[in-house]
Amino acid sequence: MPTVTMTVNGRQVSGEVEPRTLLVEFLREGLGLTGTHVGCDTSQCGCCVVHVDGKSVKSCTMLAVQADGAEVTTIEGLAADGQLHPLQQAFHENHGLQCGFCTPGMIMSSLELLQRNPDPTEAEVREWLEGNLCRCTGYHNIVKSILAAAAAMRGTAQAAE
Amino acid sequence: MYNFAYHRPRTLAEATQLLAANEDAKLLAGGQTFIPTLKQRLAQPSDLVDLSAIAELRGIREEGGGLTIGATTPHAEVAASEVVRRVVPALADLAETIGDTQVRNLGTLGGSISNNDPAADYPAGLVGLGATVRTSKREIAAEDFFTGMFETALAEDEIVTAVHFPKPEKAAYAKFPNPASRYAIVGVFVARTAGGVRVAVTGAGPCVFRARELENALSADFAPEAVEGVSVSADGLNEDIHASAEYRAHLIKVMAKRAVAAAG
Repeated sequence: MPTVTMTVNGRQVSGEVEPRTLLVEFLREGLGLTGTHVGCDTSQCGCCVVHVDGKSVKSCTMLAVQADGAEVTTIEGLAADGQLHPLQQAFHENHGLQCGFCTPGMIMSSLELLQRNPDPTEAEVREWLEGNLCRCTGYHNIVKSILAAAAAMRGTAQAAE
Repeated sequence: MYNFAYHRPRTLAEATQLLAANEDAKLLAGGQTFIPTLKQRLAQPSDLVDLSAIAELRGIREEGGGLTIGATTPHAEVAASEVVRRVVPALADLAETIGDTQVRNLGTLGGSISNNDPAADYPAGLVGLGATVRTSKREIAAEDFFTGMFETALAEDEIVTAVHFPKPEKAAYAKFPNPASRYAIVGVFVARTAGGVRVAVTGAGPCVFRARELENALSADFAPEAVEGVSVSADGLNEDIHASAEYRAHLIKVMAKRAVAAAG
């Protein structure tokens, strides 16, 4: 079996995998990082979104071997020094999660949006979330959370200048 | 998913050898259609040849006044490219409407056209712009490349390396997307080029096609109103739970008008 080596949340990890092992299977079953969820397993729902080399991807639609040598960030990699990431904090404060199943994917997807566009409009947030489904239909507060996180992150960036 | 052997060659020559040496080998580009296909066990390749490490297959450059886009360039890169925005902005707009962000981050131009899904967007862009597909063996005009539903002119051991797009005078793409998948129920790419007006339609039939009657009308007058008097036949168009053949025929005209208006 091939061995894959990648950096996951800043830590170098290796493991033997079958070529057909999906990245999400390697993360969950190989590394025990169960924060990344498998919702539909058919590339529709976005619950499994993680970042690979800085881009959001569906980890159920990528092989672990394809991520060999890559930098991977999962939801577990966002909080630093016991402090929630501004997106996690905003979801908590704005009731952005109901059952919570879609939340890791929503946060990892919107993280790329805020990295590219620190001040998105509500319409841009809704358009961006095309690849993420919430079966609780809690979109309104998800969008509110992302806008609140964007504002908080802009504030932090300004304060740092 | 059935198991397979995985290869990640660094050169095109190595990839070609791997394809030739393994009869049931398949190429893997972005995998956004192919991996779901494997998961459903609709394909059972012996070997997967991952093209992602072959540097010469990726990238966007200006060439001969037009654009050359490498086969493994993801949709997100085409959508965000300054060069594409300047030379053929309609192509960047088209790339931006494909699937969702995560699909666009991995899905590639070469993968999309080699799969030739009847509802994919890129085939309309290639045929509409009169593009040329470059492969490991030859150059193929876009119209000869797309031969039928999920079928192309590619030989088993042939690899798409890039697509060359000539710069049009004006062009735009308009699509009526399926609201869930964002695949085209009907997508129309309109271009006014030095060689005449080209109208390419995707999503409506089994394979991308040129709408000659619309091209004739728009050649006489490149304006949305010119589409009014044209009758588009529903014969042979797709019919499914999303739209009847008649509705698709209607949408071809509506999308053509929108594309002409957007092209300006």
